[in-house]
Amino acid sequence: MTSTAAAPTSTAQHRGISSALDSPWVRFAARRGGRLVVSLWVLVTASFLMIHLIPGDPVRASLGPTAPAALVAARRASLGLDDPLPTQYLHYLQGVLTGDLGTSLSSRLSVSQVIGQRLPATVQLAVLAFLVALLLAVPIGVLMGVLTRGGRRRGGELAFSATSIVVAAVPEFLLGVGLVYVFGVKLGWFPVAGRDGASSYVLPVLSLAVGPAAALARIMRVEMLSVLQTDYVRTARAKRLPAPRVYLRHALPNALTSTITLGGILLSALVAGTVLVENVFAWPGLGSTIVQSILAKDYPVVQGIVLVYGTGVLIVNLAVDVVLALLDPRSTIRES
Amino acid sequence: MTTAPMTSSPLVATAEPVRRSAARGRWLSVLRTPVGAGAGLLLALVLLLAVFAPLLWRDDADTIDTESVLQGASGQHWVGTDNLGRDLLFRVLVATRLSIGLALVATLIAVVVGLVLGTAPLLLGRRGGRLVTAGVNIAVAFPGLLLALFFAVVFGVGMTGAVLAIGFAGAPSFARLTQTLAAGIADRDFVAAARIAGVGRTRLLLRHVLPNIGEPLVVNATIGAGGALLSFAGLSFLGLGVQAPSYDWGRLLQDGLSGIYIHPEAALAPGVAIVVAGLAFNLFGEAVAKGIGLTTTLSGTATTASRRRETVPAEVVDDGRPVTDPGLVQGRPVLDVQDLSVAFQGPDGPVRPVRGVSFRIGRGEAVGVVGESGSGKSLTALAIARLVERPGEVTAERLEFMGTDVLSGTDRTHRRLLGTAFAMVFQDPMTSFNPTRRIGRQLAEVAEQHQGMSRKIALARAVDRLRAVRVPAAERRAHQYPHEFSGGMRQRAMIGMGLMGEPKLIVADEPTTALDVTVQRQVLDLLASVRAADDVALLLISHDVAVVGQVCDRVLVMYAGRVVEDLPAAELTTGARHPYTRALVATVPDMHIDLDRPLPVIPGRPVDPAHQPPGCAYAPRCPLASARCVEEDPALVDDGSGRRVACWHAGEIAADLEVPGAAPVALISGERA
Repeated sequence: MTSTAAAPTSTAQHRGISSALDSPWVRFAARRGGRLVVSLWVLVTASFLMIHLIPGDPVRASLGPTAPAALVAARRASLGLDDPLPTQYLHYLQGVLTGDLGTSLSSRLSVSQVIGQRLPATVQLAVLAFLVALLLAVPIGVLMGVLTRGGRRRGGELAFSATSIVVAAVPEFLLGVGLVYVFGVKLGWFPVAGRDGASSYVLPVLSLAVGPAAALARIMRVEMLSVLQTDYVRTARAKRLPAPRVYLRHALPNALTSTITLGGILLSALVAGTVLVENVFAWPGLGSTIVQSILAKDYPVVQGIVLVYGTGVLIVNLAVDVVLALLDPRSTIRES
Repeated sequence: MTTAPMTSSPLVATAEPVRRSAARGRWLSVLRTPVGAGAGLLLALVLLLAVFAPLLWRDDADTIDTESVLQGASGQHWVGTDNLGRDLLFRVLVATRLSIGLALVATLIAVVVGLVLGTAPLLLGRRGGRLVTAGVNIAVAFPGLLLALFFAVVFGVGMTGAVLAIGFAGAPSFARLTQTLAAGIADRDFVAAARIAGVGRTRLLLRHVLPNIGEPLVVNATIGAGGALLSFAGLSFLGLGVQAPSYDWGRLLQDGLSGIYIHPEAALAPGVAIVVAGLAFNLFGEAVAKGIGLTTTLSGTATTASRRRETVPAEVVDDGRPVTDPGLVQGRPVLDVQDLSVAFQGPDGPVRPVRGVSFRIGRGEAVGVVGESGSGKSLTALAIARLVERPGEVTAERLEFMGTDVLSGTDRTHRRLLGTAFAMVFQDPMTSFNPTRRIGRQLAEVAEQHQGMSRKIALARAVDRLRAVRVPAAERRAHQYPHEFSGGMRQRAMIGMGLMGEPKLIVADEPTTALDVTVQRQVLDLLASVRAADDVALLLISHDVAVVGQVCDRVLVMYAGRVVEDLPAAELTTGARHPYTRALVATVPDMHIDLDRPLPVIPGRPVDPAHQPPGCAYAPRCPLASARCVEEDPALVDDGSGRRVACWHAGEIAADLEVPGAAPVALISGERA
């Protein structure tokens, strides 16, 4: 994809540097960057407001009804909850920008420390699941698209559709339970919980990846079918290119653009899905931590992890848009 | 678990003014499809359980039996017991009500909040509306589960908090859906008319917009309920939803998971319940959505099918074989087509849009094919190019290109010959280039593939070819994408692609139809000069008689899948003997046309290939038609000079009509443009 970037550069050289701002890539970066900044601001503000939207006193709720009033007051003061709201907001923004997300109410560790300990396990899980989902969905979808094009193999199409619909409808935590039962309990091939060695990754990654993979494969097949009917695929056939080249070089990139657009939603849902899967497998990541923290009413930790998850989703969305722009140069020009 | 509201976007297009009875009919017809019936039955069962299970089995589900704690499945307890000895099957059944009920309440909240947010732009006016829209757009980017966790913190852990959390988490996607649907309706004429009539915003919304977006909204809410059910199970499973002593499926699942080693049924039974109930909502919603979307297509095919049954497919009397070899200009022909047919399998037997076409093209000869849309000319071109894909079937007595039989054998056997010597130019240059690949690469890959050139040399050749077809700044243009080319330039690049090899034949299928009139000339001139320079034969397919007359040596006139006349292009205006050819020529306006008279058109409609009449296909529209024409199909007869015609009345002139300046054909009055 590096070659893709060469075209606008050469174009810009032709027109001179003054018009570089007119380049669709520059405008794309500006527009997309602006949207990211606004989304991040909304995210940070929402995470700030979260603690203030809770009815009653969050510190009292956190420490329990039996805690002495003096302790509650002291804790409130240390959290800055007695300052006027705008001041608190400014402090919060400052803190987020400098990486200071506050202190855990229960462990007295800094929230950034907690996140730093837990983040790698979650990122590994999400990235692996992301890759597995793509590696499963794209080849299967392309293959099914090619095999069932023009109404061929109706039986295979029906079987594929039925299977993928059902598999896609099973939520990740249920799939996890099923996988634990079959491969952990019955067959004993993989550990049922914990994060210890490569084999412990298999079941959590599969529980996260299989559902999105089934949904993506369905989308991929439908997109492939419609792309195979286009004029430019006919042109490729008229050039007498070998079938694999027609499918992989001419049809696939075009089918991918639509698949990635729709699949981006599924993949950002996958990031959030780690919360459930981590709780099935007792995975020591952010997902199990946020649930424990919500139950323990450890609000600074919850705020911090919500920020991290939200940012993760925004990064996935950004990555999807960039990949789309690289795959289909027209999308940089289209206003999305 | 957040997929359900997300799938709503493809269902947007169904908004249209709805009559209530029609809507009910469509929902009922969905129940008659296998998927719809199955999903409907499943959904009904789940809902019945939700209503009656607690009434019937609540006591059984709550009976504590310390004698039989944590038992596996047995005849007495089908899926075993929990840690207080309570029967798990009954507990799962009884939990249906809470699980379904909470999901429905959450969905209701999502739809109501979504409606409020989604219609806010209509009520608030521009600025406020834009703010709400922007907020919704940011919110939908986040997965539902994340929003649900956020709201679960705000509303507190527990059943009420979870219902509110899932409701609010689902709201943005319903808001987006409402916005999209309402925007579609707000553009309609009847809304505009109401607005002009002074109907207020609120009334406009309640009376005109909401009733028309109700149906897709309900469908999406059904699918959304499935999603809410799964989300709720998720929250309860995490311990953030239903709290003991209440129990829903998610709660039972959480309890069961801890003992999965000794007692897997306790986790699997609620899991199965969640999946089945989720699927019931999902599948039913999808089936209805599909049913609604398919209504028009279904009725469409029904009418075609009944119409087809009225007529019997005709026997083809003539095989279209010429007596002499009209295309044989010198030596071996470039293309030799004998009795070429293309058939598709219709509902009532094969349909043959091309029926026994025969012709030859000599070296360097330009042959035009003219005819109305649906005459089979483009399909003929695709057939000789081996580009007709299944379910289309191509048969021919002979299909030879450069003396090689290209009908038999696989694509692989003819790849090199057809890839280098046979060039195709398609109708629409805007869609015929791959939008994701650079023009230069698209040309170069021909040479890489068939001439074994390296990437670099092939690209240099591509630039050279672009130059040859007069693309300015070819070097730079080769690095551009198709969308950066104008239509005319793309068509020239397409011709250039054909020139990457050493073409002996260029098949151009309506190459100028999609282009601007000023550009058409350039493309035709280019084709002519390519032909002259390299002695390339040309098969030019066009509905434009004038274009073919200018560019070609010889013209094949096609009607209803057959060649009806084959004559030198120079004789098109003066020597045409088939009444159809004359009619085509007569429809071409020229500089001398009397502007006060209606423009000439050919009366009637072309024949539907699904039901060819037994006689001459043109007879119903022909002023010369006699009884024989209706009964017997005339063969394409060679007069010995290479001119061929298929008409019982070839060369005759209709007596009852006189049209100055045009060949004598029947005319009906048409509106002048």
